[in-house]
Amino acid sequence: MSSAQPELRIRRASKLERSLKRIWSLPSLLWGCILLAILIAVALLAPIISPYHPSEQNMAAILQPPSSEHWLGTDQLGRDLFARLIYAARTDLKIMALAEIVPFCVGVFLGMVAGYYGKWADALITLATDTFIAFPFYLIVIIVAFVSGAGEKGIYITFMLVGWIVYARVVRGLSASLRKQEWIAAARTLGLPNIKIILRHLLPNVLPQAVVVLMTDMAVLLVAIVTLGYLGIGIAPPTPDWGTMISEGQPFISTKWWLSAAPGFAVVYAGIALSLIGDGLADLWRRK
Amino acid sequence: MTDAALRIDNVTVSYGPFVALDRVSLDLEPHKTLGLVGESGSGKSTLARVVAGLIPPDEGRVLLGAEELGKRRTREQHKRIQLVFQNPDASLNPRHTIRRILGEALLFHKIVDRSKVADRCKELLARVRIDETALDRYPHEFSGGQRQRIAIARAIAVEPSILIADEPTSALDVSVQASVLELLNELKSELRLTMLFISHDLGVIHAISDTVAVMRKGRVVEISPKEIFFARPETSYGYELLSAVPKMPLIPTK
Amino acid sequence: MKDRNPVVELDGLTLATRSRQPLVSGVSFRVEAGASLGLVGESGSGKSLTLRSIIGLLPSGVQRVGGQIRRSGSCAMIFQDPIRALDPLCPVVGQLAEVVYYRQRVSRKAARSIALELLEMLGLPDSLRTKDRYPHQLSGGQCQRIVIAMALACKPDLLLCDEPTTALDVTVQRQILDLIARLQKELGYAVVFVTHNLAVASSMCSELCVMKEGRIVEQGDTLQLLRDPQHSYTRMLMNSVLPLPELERRADP
Repeated sequence: MSSAQPELRIRRASKLERSLKRIWSLPSLLWGCILLAILIAVALLAPIISPYHPSEQNMAAILQPPSSEHWLGTDQLGRDLFARLIYAARTDLKIMALAEIVPFCVGVFLGMVAGYYGKWADALITLATDTFIAFPFYLIVIIVAFVSGAGEKGIYITFMLVGWIVYARVVRGLSASLRKQEWIAAARTLGLPNIKIILRHLLPNVLPQAVVVLMTDMAVLLVAIVTLGYLGIGIAPPTPDWGTMISEGQPFISTKWWLSAAPGFAVVYAGIALSLIGDGLADLWRRK
Repeated sequence: MTDAALRIDNVTVSYGPFVALDRVSLDLEPHKTLGLVGESGSGKSTLARVVAGLIPPDEGRVLLGAEELGKRRTREQHKRIQLVFQNPDASLNPRHTIRRILGEALLFHKIVDRSKVADRCKELLARVRIDETALDRYPHEFSGGQRQRIAIARAIAVEPSILIADEPTSALDVSVQASVLELLNELKSELRLTMLFISHDLGVIHAISDTVAVMRKGRVVEISPKEIFFARPETSYGYELLSAVPKMPLIPTK
Repeated sequence: MKDRNPVVELDGLTLATRSRQPLVSGVSFRVEAGASLGLVGESGSGKSLTLRSIIGLLPSGVQRVGGQIRRSGSCAMIFQDPIRALDPLCPVVGQLAEVVYYRQRVSRKAARSIALELLEMLGLPDSLRTKDRYPHQLSGGQCQRIVIAMALACKPDLLLCDEPTTALDVTVQRQILDLIARLQKELGYAVVFVTHNLAVASSMCSELCVMKEGRIVEQGDTLQLLRDPQHSYTRMLMNSVLPLPELERRADP
């Protein structure tokens, strides 16, 4: 035993110090966080940054090219494009975050239940995921949009219906392999009830992987929100949204290309930020 | 024979057509160690899991003293039988600190008050000879032998009367193996435990058991006191096992 | 003995990770044709890395930074986990014939008949002749026999054994050890045998190297070394072989 003692005496860097060091060593995570932080800051501070209101029309100055007065020019109703762009970030990011919460929790929980219990619980949940996967996503969205009316509500409902599947599938596989681990058996011999084992023992072990999926799924969801806006069944005008902005700029694409390109770039920017964070987190936890 | 600490009575477990345990009966004498030996696939680990309540038997009963252990055990019944596993890499939750691992066992079975958990954890670690600075560390920061000691600390934390050790030293280096065996022996006499010790290694079984049971293909084929088994095994299978053990060449001492 | 050519000779072998962390330092030994050498030590002693460096199977990230390996003749290796050493999707006799075909450069048909001869030599069931099996359909001991057959198909002058019986049951271990020793007498290959079990090593090898933390701490003739161990680590390893009482002789039933 004595041979192993010295290793215990090594000074341990504080937790914060170690996490900072780890993040610093992962450029993708670092850059992802920086890009996302900028985006969130701009969205939150939109009223301060932008001199214009996003719905403020000025028919005297429509379709202007970028200038010092209007940084990205104006649209066909004379609204300031930059103002609309950053206000749209507010709408789209808010919906993206809210629409993920419920599916994330439900999916992770059902995945753990399916993987931990196996047998009929697994069969039932797998059947449900397979059924939903068989439907094309946009078909469900369009049906829900027509039933509930276009707008935010439709997006939330659709995502509650289908969003949990990704998490359930990933977490189910992970839980099924963790269930065979001896520390789960040890918890069972202690007599812990199953729900406690799931929440205390399984959850912390599946959460990292689920968060990585969350990041990539958020990027997918953002694109979905924008697509719906573009198709005219997402967020209704005049609320600014990148999707509607792209479609509104489309008639002028040959002469005023920036009208569509700017919101398009914003989507790409947000997607890259989220993917970088997802990759970075995956690396971070793999290394551990 | 009625005063067995634990009685396994005609237990059968099958997975589909494969019979893992075939009408197994064993008695554990109080405060003694029963060494269960067998080759891979003989059903010895399944038996450990049946006794620990992880696998319900298809047929037969497990009796703890006089009470029969049902399919759903009470908290008290869980507490009285604890298991130490083979693989020290997998027997501790990688995302919990040692404090949490030990504390969970103590609190769940209300062994001590919340305010005394830290003290008791330190006592337990001292018992298995681990430095108390280990409390706020994670399992991956320890060597295999240390992790196995921590797993033993968790098992004895709830003050069980029966300890099952399922190949607890098989994954360890030979130099660590001896000290873990010594620790188990010491704990057994200090805490007056009844032990079911499972191993495929006859040397280990010899070092720790009072009685030896041999399993083969899901059946118990021989139960003998240690001295008798290692000198004159009753069955030819026991003889075959013993004569296959690699031995050091006999060296005439100077 | 001295005039025989060594099959393999290590001279100050030093292995390290990419970040220059030493794993094996200054290991030297020589194995003559038909001789057997045991490398004994615990996990992390560098015994497996030493063995793998002989056949050039170092894991990625480990480099040879010093010393020399001189090898003459062919060599083959058998592994700790026989089931994982075989291709799970290919029937075993097919796999064996494949090795014979490439290593002995004979026709496919001849390769198959050589493979079947090898099976017989290794005491594998006759049913494999008519019906080929996948690795998972065989027991661990049978898989290890197939792995040994594949090694022997290379007609090795040197057989490298990396804990070949650790994953096996004790009765099967005995059979495999006897097999390796018997065939060594018949075919005359040299053996380097890696194990953590001093009893296994001393029953298989005439010479031992005790390794600890990447270095050889003691080296010499097996009996001499066990009679008079110089290093405390050797004594510790000797004590770790748990003693069993003498088994009484038994009239066969």
